Amino acid sequence: MSDAGLHDADEALLERLLEGDHRALARAISRIEDRAPGYRGLVSALYGHTGNATVVGITGSPGAGKSTLVDKLAEHYRERGETVGVVAIDPSSPFSGGAVLGDRIRMASTVGDMDVFVRSMSARGRLGGLSSATADAVVAMDAFGKDRILVETVGAGQNEIDVVRTADTVVVLVPPGAGDTVQTLKAGILEIADCFVVNKADREGADRTVQELQEMLQVGAHGPGGDGGTSGFTAHDAGHHGVRGVAGHDSDPDGDDHLEEGWSPPVLETVATRGTGLSALLESLEDHRTYLERSGELAARRRARHGADIEALLRDDLGALVARELETVGGVDALAEAVADGRSDPYRLVDALVEPLERCLADEDVRDRAEGDLEALLE
Amino acid sequence: MSEQEHEHDGERRSIRCLVAKVGLDGHDRGAHVVARAFRDAGFEVIYSGLHNAPEEIVQATVQEDVDVLGISILSGAHNTLVPKIVDGLESYGAAEDTLVLVGGVIPEEDRPALFEAGVAAVFGPGTPIDETIDFVREHAPARGHDR
Repeated sequence: MSDAGLHDADEALLERLLEGDHRALARAISRIEDRAPGYRGLVSALYGHTGNATVVGITGSPGAGKSTLVDKLAEHYRERGETVGVVAIDPSSPFSGGAVLGDRIRMASTVGDMDVFVRSMSARGRLGGLSSATADAVVAMDAFGKDRILVETVGAGQNEIDVVRTADTVVVLVPPGAGDTVQTLKAGILEIADCFVVNKADREGADRTVQELQEMLQVGAHGPGGDGGTSGFTAHDAGHHGVRGVAGHDSDPDGDDHLEEGWSPPVLETVATRGTGLSALLESLEDHRTYLERSGELAARRRARHGADIEALLRDDLGALVARELETVGGVDALAEAVADGRSDPYRLVDALVEPLERCLADEDVRDRAEGDLEALLE
Repeated sequence: MSEQEHEHDGERRSIRCLVAKVGLDGHDRGAHVVARAFRDAGFEVIYSGLHNAPEEIVQATVQEDVDVLGISILSGAHNTLVPKIVDGLESYGAAEDTLVLVGGVIPEEDRPALFEAGVAAVFGPGTPIDETIDFVREHAPARGHDR
């Protein structure tokens, strides 16, 4: 099992990264993405240098204007003298595992400026794992010293929702005139949004989309348990982001109100290509940040995220353990064949496979040692 | 699962390529075809879009930490643009472990200078795409990933 110690080669890499060498940051992210031997030790060492960046996630359907908006935000942050990291995630082909990552095309405002560090990532055919790779890449950028980190992803499924949750603040982009899109937003994305942006607001149908979103948010806030919600959308947001108060007709997010009532996501309009509405968005992002800090929500979210990271890593490791166990008994195909020709069934086979693991875990000596190790780490 | 991925120890390696259009020429059909074919071969392809300055290509190559940089040039400006890119890569210490390829209309007599500048191969019009893919497969993984 790969351990969390720092390899020699990585120690040099870590040093260069902390000194501000962009190539070292790039290489560190590659190692994270590749799950290269020793990457864990690297990330583990990076953790000690994090906590200074603000992380904003931006999600929305393809063509909603995410990359353009990210570009404008990056440009603005640079004007204020802040450094920016961008993680742009595109889906990969489920067939070849390959991907064409085109988000850089729209990030033209900050060309030649190394202090805007854009990194494209694909899912690489893995189902889980993308969110932990993203989280680790964010850790690397944070440790490097980037002030602002933007995570951009297509809001298509659970995987992407998990990815965007690596952010402190989540912005959901909705194209105008997208009645159907608003409907599809119900599937989990509405609940994670801290801010809605109807981009391309100069197009027909933008007002209506804003109105639809506001209505949906009100239904969500008023329907306890969501049983009576006409749209079927429930108010079960607590499981995702904690407190969320009564949604009013806001758009004038006021810090103090939010402290009393929780945060109600504003619905903003932008035309990202022209920068229209950008300052209102930036203001909302700052407001949300203030809310997060004052309400204690920031700490709560980060705790929840670390918890999810731990669980994901644990599942990864156990999965690898099981995969190796399977390998030693001749692979899954041999077992499948036994089921196919009636010699056995999946339940008995899995019982037999898990049995040695269970016996190991039940062993008192092993338990004592493991608990001792854990206690030492928690001190 | 593509053959580029080595699953031992959970490692997930994938060949990363930047397909870049540099300079003023607006002919990107070739770059699109190559990007698509690379994707279908299981590579991760970052496409730069049109009209990039050499500095932009350098920035993207360094940040994305690609194994392969494929530069598509049909304008005839390769003699000035390509060395600029390679020099830029060198200033970041990224030249030696990036496989630099050039595609497009490159006269035979210009090629030695490009190779001299650090280009690994030139693929002219009519090159079967499999030849390019095979070349990438054969030469890209040679770079150590532990530097």
